[in-house]
Amino acid sequence: MHKLLTDSPGKEMLLLGNEAVARGALEAGLSIATCYPGTPSSEIPLQFLRISQETELYFEYSTNEKVALEVGAGAAACGLRTMVTMKHVGLNVAADPLMTLAYVGVKGGMVIVNADDPSLFSSQNEQDNRFYARLSGLPMLEPSNTQEMKDMTIAAFELSEELELPVILRTTTRLNHVRGAVKLGELKPIRTKGEFKKNPFHYVTVPAVSRILHKELLEKCDKAAAKSEGWPENRITGKGKWGIFANGVSVNYVNDAIHDMGIGDKVRFMQVGMSWPLPKAKIAGFLKEVDQVLVVEELEPVMETDIKAIAQENGITIPIKGKGVGRLSRLYEYDPGMVRTAIAEYFDIDYKARAMVDLSDLPQLPGRPPNLCAGCPHRATYYAVKKVYGPEAVYPTDIGCYTLGLLPPISMADYLICMGSSVSSSCGFSEATDQKVVSFIGDSTFFHSGITGLVDAVHNNHKFTLVILDNGTTAMTGHQPHPGVNAELMGLDRTRISIEDVVRGCGVKDIHVVKPFKVNKTIEAIQASKDYDGVSVVISDELCPLFARATGQMRKTKPFRVNHDKCKDHRDCINYLACPAMFIEEERVVINRNLCIGCAVCAQVCPENAILPVKD
Amino acid sequence: MDTKRCVFVGVGGQGNLLASSLLGEAALAAGIPAVVSEIHGMAQRGGVVESAVLMGEVTSPIVSNGEADVLVGFEPLETLRTIGKCSKETLVITNLQTLPPFTVSIGQGTYPPVDKVMELITAKVSRVIALKGNDLAEEAGNPLSLNMVMLGALIGSGALDVSADVMKETLSTSTKKAFLDSNLKAFDLGLKSAV
Repeated sequence: MHKLLTDSPGKEMLLLGNEAVARGALEAGLSIATCYPGTPSSEIPLQFLRISQETELYFEYSTNEKVALEVGAGAAACGLRTMVTMKHVGLNVAADPLMTLAYVGVKGGMVIVNADDPSLFSSQNEQDNRFYARLSGLPMLEPSNTQEMKDMTIAAFELSEELELPVILRTTTRLNHVRGAVKLGELKPIRTKGEFKKNPFHYVTVPAVSRILHKELLEKCDKAAAKSEGWPENRITGKGKWGIFANGVSVNYVNDAIHDMGIGDKVRFMQVGMSWPLPKAKIAGFLKEVDQVLVVEELEPVMETDIKAIAQENGITIPIKGKGVGRLSRLYEYDPGMVRTAIAEYFDIDYKARAMVDLSDLPQLPGRPPNLCAGCPHRATYYAVKKVYGPEAVYPTDIGCYTLGLLPPISMADYLICMGSSVSSSCGFSEATDQKVVSFIGDSTFFHSGITGLVDAVHNNHKFTLVILDNGTTAMTGHQPHPGVNAELMGLDRTRISIEDVVRGCGVKDIHVVKPFKVNKTIEAIQASKDYDGVSVVISDELCPLFARATGQMRKTKPFRVNHDKCKDHRDCINYLACPAMFIEEERVVINRNLCIGCAVCAQVCPENAILPVKD
Repeated sequence: MDTKRCVFVGVGGQGNLLASSLLGEAALAAGIPAVVSEIHGMAQRGGVVESAVLMGEVTSPIVSNGEADVLVGFEPLETLRTIGKCSKETLVITNLQTLPPFTVSIGQGTYPPVDKVMELITAKVSRVIALKGNDLAEEAGNPLSLNMVMLGALIGSGALDVSADVMKETLSTSTKKAFLDSNLKAFDLGLKSAV
């Protein structure tokens, strides 16, 4: 049985923040869950996938976040409790339905889990999605620890049903990936079917309908604001004259700072757990009781600006600051020491942090960037493409493991802004320059948002080569299925959609399916695609070795070794491929047989044929 | 109750996330409030993986520079790279056996001699426990049990309020049965090398 189905109310478990959200949803009677995976949100749907195999819960990995939200919207319109999870940039993809779903509202509770990524641990930007609550008018809750992640998820469902509005649960990487004690509550039975009650003059958003819905949304916002005034996690502690506000994970940094510096009697602290709408009356009351205010919030000065506005409306003129105090900035995540010193500086507290050891005598340390795994088929594809196009071609890339092609020695990533941008930006590159253009996209990303760009390329007669790196899984985020995978291997009943058929259906005439571990044949196919006058697609078809191993599809092949009698030390293998199974020992290339999966690409690259399978 | 801040650092695949999560569970079992923080995602694929376990009167899930009570490094270069988490008072527990990054293989930088690495570390902090973790893992019968060796050394150091018995109980309930014997053996070997 899945551990999140443990039916022992009152029991304490050490749960990952993302597991706590999933548990909260189950305790709230979740019926339908949808998502597109994305770090740091991915472990929430991972739980749902497994739980859906043991219970009546319906779960799907949707094609992208927009689809996930729309699937959820339909289910919620039928009265079922629905959760949709995504990373922060995923909400950009889902922003179109989000904005008007706010007008239409929901019948069953709907919680949209949004995971922001301050410090960009694994994202292309660190946008602050608290603005989406303000943009859409949807209430936003911000837990500060694992217990609250579970409890606020339940509260979010109840609030959503009461207001008939989706509620956004905003987390950040540190909360998604923290483990802490969570006291379990009761699991609710899963309702599998609701009923859709027709009401086209509410659900069909033609202008005449939406004019009325917008007014209704504003009325709901007023109701939400009233709820915010009494929201338990909009919590004030202490009675001092120094005022501090914080949200999310920063609540911990402030609480620890108050404890560590022993200033509990001087501080009045407000945790903002329902961060939209803000409890304006409660905040005004707070401001009247203190002499100066510090706002501790990662990323944008969202609360700071709002609190200043509340002060202005109430004729309060005390100093209110956040960004710019100490090292508190709009960049990256905060840490406990940073918050402690900012509090000390702002309130003029005599505090000395423990001194960090001196780093001035450290030598330059060799970097350890992440690398494509040993036997990763992307490495082989990159090698073949570079053989044909050289380093001069423009290589727009996309989001997945293969983005690591950015690093030397591959160095074949030139442009990336978001999921799917490889294909569409190539349309622009191919018009705006005479340089050759070859773009790379993964299989899951192709389904997510590559198809529309490919239709554009064919329809508008652009000229470039698109390489689809089909490794049979969504590798980067932990081997989730996507529409093109053989889901049977994962014990799932899903219909497989052929990438080649989709590409053909988009009108592409020149299609090459290659096996990248067959280096010469792959190079030939890429040369043919280069010679084609139009949009050409190369589908590089080889399983992710980690996924193959996990699903029992790994071919039995011998690992390889370097025959040092034949090797003339050209080092083409290590210099072009940089496979992590290779290393230098006593000035010679050696292959670690435990890491080598026997893909044989290096053996085909070696000019001396000195790389051979091991003998035993 | 003492507050303890432990930082774990290693290379993707060395299992430091499992070690930190097991320590968190053991703390919970011992009645010590604990938070564990991990960074997933790009950190895999052979990159650096850092995690932290904070125990006692603390709720923040991360450790600022200079504030670690203990730094547990699974690889000497990574121990040195993370030394900024330490102050003079920090206990450093480090594996001595190297895993050179591929950047070294392709000529981008050189791996400093381990003696030099240890010299730098030892000069900066008050106490260092260094062990040949991979050898001990091999001796325990499972090369992948390095994380258990390091966990053993951490408990053996006496720096935390988590006892060896509680830790072993957690290993028994929360690690795979097939590896339990070698895990316990690796834990004991690490423990002995630290006391």
